[in-house]
Amino acid sequence: MATFTDTARGGFRPGMLIYDTRYRSLTIQIAFLFLFMAGAAWLVDNTIDNLRALGKDFNYGFLSVRAGYDINQRFVAYTSDSTHGQAMLVGLLNTLFLAFISCVLATVIGVLAGVARLSRNWIVAKLMTIYVEAFRNVPLLLWIIVMMAIMTEAMPAPNAFRGEDATASMLLWDSVAVTNRGVYVPEPLFTRGLGDVDVGIFLVSLDLIAVLIVGTAGLYAHALIQRHAEAVQNATGVRPVTWWKSLAVLILPLLALLWALGFHLGYPELRGFNFQGGIYMRNSMIAMWVALSVYTGAFIAENVRAGILAVSRGQTEAAYALGLRPGLTTRLVVLPQALRVIIPPLISQYLNITKNTSLALAVGYMDLRSTLGGITLNQTGRELEAMTLMMLIYLVLSLMISAAMNVYNRSVRLKER
Amino acid sequence: MAEIRFVRTAMLPPQEPPVSQIGAVRWVRENLFSGWLNGVLTVASAAFVVWLALHVGPWFMNAVWNAGSLAECREILAGTDGACLAVIRDRWPQLLFGFYPSELYWRPTLALLLLFVALAPALFPAVPRQLLWFSAIYPGLAYWLLWGGTLWFPVVALAGFAVGIAVFIALRPVLPLVAPFAGLVAPVFWWLFAVVPVTGLLAAVLPVGITPVRSDSFGGFTLSIIIGVTGIALSLPLGILLALGRKSDLFLVKTICVGFIEFIRGVPLITLLFTASLLLNYFLPPGTNFDIILRVVIMVTLFAAAYMAEVIRGGLAAIPRGQYEAADSLGLDYWKAMRLIVLPQALKISIPGIVNTFIGLFKDTTLVVFIGLLDPIGLSTAIRANTNWNGIYWELFLFIGAMFFVFCFGMSRYSMHLERRLKTDHR
Repeated sequence: MATFTDTARGGFRPGMLIYDTRYRSLTIQIAFLFLFMAGAAWLVDNTIDNLRALGKDFNYGFLSVRAGYDINQRFVAYTSDSTHGQAMLVGLLNTLFLAFISCVLATVIGVLAGVARLSRNWIVAKLMTIYVEAFRNVPLLLWIIVMMAIMTEAMPAPNAFRGEDATASMLLWDSVAVTNRGVYVPEPLFTRGLGDVDVGIFLVSLDLIAVLIVGTAGLYAHALIQRHAEAVQNATGVRPVTWWKSLAVLILPLLALLWALGFHLGYPELRGFNFQGGIYMRNSMIAMWVALSVYTGAFIAENVRAGILAVSRGQTEAAYALGLRPGLTTRLVVLPQALRVIIPPLISQYLNITKNTSLALAVGYMDLRSTLGGITLNQTGRELEAMTLMMLIYLVLSLMISAAMNVYNRSVRLKER
Repeated sequence: MAEIRFVRTAMLPPQEPPVSQIGAVRWVRENLFSGWLNGVLTVASAAFVVWLALHVGPWFMNAVWNAGSLAECREILAGTDGACLAVIRDRWPQLLFGFYPSELYWRPTLALLLLFVALAPALFPAVPRQLLWFSAIYPGLAYWLLWGGTLWFPVVALAGFAVGIAVFIALRPVLPLVAPFAGLVAPVFWWLFAVVPVTGLLAAVLPVGITPVRSDSFGGFTLSIIIGVTGIALSLPLGILLALGRKSDLFLVKTICVGFIEFIRGVPLITLLFTASLLLNYFLPPGTNFDIILRVVIMVTLFAAAYMAEVIRGGLAAIPRGQYEAADSLGLDYWKAMRLIVLPQALKISIPGIVNTFIGLFKDTTLVVFIGLLDPIGLSTAIRANTNWNGIYWELFLFIGAMFFVFCFGMSRYSMHLERRLKTDHR
């Protein structure tokens, strides 16, 4: 902006507040602030008036009142006797869980589709183009409802699995049952398990923790072996063969632990009118999961494609000229540069997934929106409190994801001048 | 001594290239079977396509177009697999117009056709510029056609803009710096205090009107297009202002813009829509009650504007600093520099992002189903609730999906065309 530095003679005059560029920005800002504060005060005043007229107050006491409704998918102990606050927590965990599994699957689908779209294989590239265009141009809500309809209408009922002339059969060697009531998959069981430990709001499986500890230790040992190999290579020029050592430290302890815990799979079985045993995944969850992943996968595919195309051909050629093989070229030259372009939009897609989980209302998945902003809101009639709290939670989630993105962006920023 | 040197006197005709290097064979080798992985992928993809064709093909081939109910469809199909597209034939007016009175279908149709006329000068440079005057009055005309009622309401509302411009022009010679603000404030006062009495007066003197239609009879694609087009038209200018605010040197303006953008982008649209339907009554003076479609449009516009602001901010950031400095050195003030130098370039860069936001907004109009408006998806549930069509899914979803696809794909293709047309670099 142009700034004139002529000093005014004769001191300060009120007209300078508008005509002098030195003071004008201050004038504008103060006027803007007054307008903004007046607007905010007007809204708050109206709200207070309206609340008084309705005989309501603004307090979050309802969160510690008995909820009285049931939630069909829960990761923490919850009954209809629990409080609205606990219902909110269950809903929040369901939201986070759905967002997490959708992010994972969407990334897998998106990366595969994005790479396949660049393939020299004509038919694969065309199919992927159709996939991307079809999903990007049709509303997510429609896909969610379509997936739900597929799950409930097109899948066989449990009794179709029964008898000699069963019209449906279980998949993957009788381990997975896809029915119109949901999907049943085998569950991990431990005959000599370590049991659970109660940490206040939910139970933590000690078996899982043991497996995680051993797995992490294996990864650490693998890293040590790699570092040693690196040192040997730097000293002698010959890299020792390490893959079997790595495999051994990664796999053997884990297998030993699983054997010690008596690990086996509990398969779902048809008993009575329904399947029993195994992990039961509800239709609503499957529909949300698949729809969110496939829909967002189409967007991620475009990001991945753009990222790969953004690395100029000269980079690949330069790497070849240095004598790197295609695999190493991809890993050391193309990928680091492509990731710099891919990851920021990828994280904002994760943000979109998290926000889009709120569409779970359409299929009756009990997420934050359906518990706190749905049943709790309707039962207690506290729209203002429930909505503001829900918006605040979503806002905090989004800001956390954005913060992660900013940290990443700072770490990969090109260091210039 | 014999001459042993050999000199060819005639050129040999060129040989045919090997069969494997020409035509279809070469294309297949290079594009489908260049390696074992590609071969496997090709075979798998081809198998998938064939499987799909074998399943979906007959479903389409056997489609029934003439039937009054799903049961009748199944009777005609007699056990074979087939689509019951009769539901589309039976219910397409509802999917397109919702519960709009059927004898007035010409009004939304005419409004849509005129929309294309109004858009033409903005979309295609070959169209005469004079048509922009029509674009300017189109919002009022479309409102009148869709909602009906007295003609004077949209005329008087549009007159607000004329009032603003008149005040601006009248004040400019006297108070050049106050004139823009007065020009902005005057129409607001006009709309708040003058529109209702003036409309009443004019309607009493000269009643011109058509059958009014209530907002709750709107539905289907009419509703989606109303919300989508209004949201698109309003979110672009608002988004530009927010982006400029975010890049501004003025600390307060910047803070408020950043806060607004981050808040809107941080919450799902559905919570904003619920705010519109549940909470707006708390925030407005007691007794205020205005149209639900208008509330939704406001929320959708604010939502899209925040995303638009981020897209345009990206465009603004991509303009080299030299452009800003050049504008300053020409002596242009802030608004002139933005309008003539910076924004044309920034908007051109942001076209793909802007159109993506438009497409997202249009798709998001389906979320109004959650607050009880009957968009196409809501109508598909309503149609299924009828005993005749109970249990029909795929045909309706296919129709709705195809309609959305046509609109959104059209928009994305137009944006690619626009990018090519506006391309000025020589890479």
